[in-house]
Amino acid sequence: MTLLIVGATSAIAQAVARRYAGAGASLFLAARNEGRLAATAADLRARGAASVETHPFDAGDLAGQEDLMQAVRSVFPVLDAALIAYGTLPDQAATEVDPDAVEREFTTNATSVVVLLTRLAALFEAQRSGTIAVISSVAGDRGRPSNYVYGAAKGAVSLFAQGLRGRLSGAGVRVVTIKPGFVDTPMTAHLPRNPLFASPEAVARRIQRAIEGGGEVVYTPGFWRPVMAGVRAVPERIFKRLRL
Amino acid sequence: MSDSYASWGRFPDAPPARVERLSWRDRLPHLDPPDGPVLPRGLGRSYGDVCLNEGGVLLDTTRLDRLLSFDRHAGVVRCEAGVSLADLLAVIVPAGWFLPVTPGTKWVTVAGAVANDVHGKNHHVAGTFGRHVRRLELVRSNGDRHELTPADGLFGATVGGLGLTGLITWVEFGLQPIRSDRIEARHTPFRSLDEFLRASDSAGARSPYVVAWVDAFKPEGKGVLMEGRHAPAGALPAPGAKSRRPRLSLPFDGPGWALRRPTAAVFNAAYFARQARAGAFSCHYDPYFYPLDAIGHWNRAYGRRGFLQHQSVVPFVGADAPAARELLRHVAASGAASVVSVLKTFGQLESPGVLSFPRPGVTLALDFANRGDETIRLLRSLDDVVADAGGRVYPAKDACMTAANFRTFYPEWEAFARHVDPAFSSSFWRRVTT
Repeated sequence: MTLLIVGATSAIAQAVARRYAGAGASLFLAARNEGRLAATAADLRARGAASVETHPFDAGDLAGQEDLMQAVRSVFPVLDAALIAYGTLPDQAATEVDPDAVEREFTTNATSVVVLLTRLAALFEAQRSGTIAVISSVAGDRGRPSNYVYGAAKGAVSLFAQGLRGRLSGAGVRVVTIKPGFVDTPMTAHLPRNPLFASPEAVARRIQRAIEGGGEVVYTPGFWRPVMAGVRAVPERIFKRLRL
Repeated sequence: MSDSYASWGRFPDAPPARVERLSWRDRLPHLDPPDGPVLPRGLGRSYGDVCLNEGGVLLDTTRLDRLLSFDRHAGVVRCEAGVSLADLLAVIVPAGWFLPVTPGTKWVTVAGAVANDVHGKNHHVAGTFGRHVRRLELVRSNGDRHELTPADGLFGATVGGLGLTGLITWVEFGLQPIRSDRIEARHTPFRSLDEFLRASDSAGARSPYVVAWVDAFKPEGKGVLMEGRHAPAGALPAPGAKSRRPRLSLPFDGPGWALRRPTAAVFNAAYFARQARAGAFSCHYDPYFYPLDAIGHWNRAYGRRGFLQHQSVVPFVGADAPAARELLRHVAASGAASVVSVLKTFGQLESPGVLSFPRPGVTLALDFANRGDETIRLLRSLDDVVADAGGRVYPAKDACMTAANFRTFYPEWEAFARHVDPAFSSSFWRRVTT
């Protein structure tokens, strides 16, 4: 099994990588912080990964993505799966007053992701096999006043992945959209904990099942599917007053 | 108080003011914050207050859980402080290695195993966990990073040092080779402490793992000796099988009366009858080493008031251990119910830590539902028996030893105190040093 993970030092990505390392997979990891990337790679080698390659990745450097793709092609003749697992959770209040912050958030969470998906689509389409998985969010299901910058970026990703899913289905390539709710990671460390929080390990288990076993749009934990269906169904004139 | 930062016995109630969760060694929090002393925290399986820091800051290390290296040929692991023994077993067992020493639960962190210098059923052949540590990294509040080996004085203070000398960030230690994930075991009943001592001696000469369960309601010392060894041949599991959290879990507090004397006495009698018939058998290492781990949150069975553990070691006098006899008499006479009572002889192998608990002698571990003052009084009277005999009580289990008894148990405590980091402290340390 050959797997590319972009954003490999994120908590969910580490949990996914560990599952694959334990099964002896060959991994290609990309992340921004080289020291942490090296520590993550060492952990996965110790846990049994057949091999671990690394490459820097900065969401703000769109052109640099081509270097990453070349490196992946040179290491893996066939790439079985790719997981896009990086992102930032902005301070909504700060973004409301700072247009540059909004641009940065969109570049990181939306633009760089859909540009990367475009490059990955080319690779997988040429192979005519494999699975692309991208971590979106339940926040992308509806624009909410409390986090619409994050939500809109994730929504863009979900829509893009949806279109890609249709385009690539004829080529035998699957596109999986992962939509977690609250996950207990450093990204959400500043949020008060509540019973809705899931562990990165639980989300990782679900991601692996989706990559290997099937699934198109995966809400994890599963209760978010009916919850977000309910959220989406609320009429706008009522929803706008809910201050959610 | 939140369940998750309590101690295993859920007594005392001593919540921290704040918890910092560590994720990366390149970004450690400020170890000398203005809002109080800090204490590293693993999985919180210590029973009393060694893992509590009331009103202070806890440094949750459980996400500092990376392996740095695993030499599959030499059997040496270097890993971050927060790696759990459960996680480690899932990696090393398929590769033909086992922990050199393991306590009775696998849900402890490696640094926690070092900080308490834990022991296991194989103490008589392998000593404590700290004996197998080759080096570790300790970060102090002044920013100093120390890479320590057994030759360093600070190493001896940190092993068994209850997290008080600084923050352990990684540990390197050796493993023992195995050829199978199964244990060959044998149970032998005994009807007196004398019989236990003799049986334990002969078992110890032939088996690496020896421990006894004792019926604490019977003052004469009736119980079952359980010995075992790793099966010399067999199969190892495939890599990647994860150590899962137990499927059975106690989701709520049991009623405290369930473990009162009449129920517990009946349980003890039934358990003895069942175990005494067992003879020789084979089983997987997990239920052999970690029988209670099968039930998640089993500590809840003791109810909301929690429970107290008392584990002591008393020295031999010739071939006998009269203080152990006296402890059993004391407990049986008190009417208190101890359901999980464990007896073992410790071997001669020296513990590397200044405050390490094990020394040659007989160790007895008892569980008591927390009935308030009467339980504290009982434990303190047991402490006095131990002190008079020249023994000691295990800090990792303790919630109520007096400062005077602590100084008697650990005469080297002042030498240890010189290595305590000025910004680090715990509820236990404050209790026993005032």
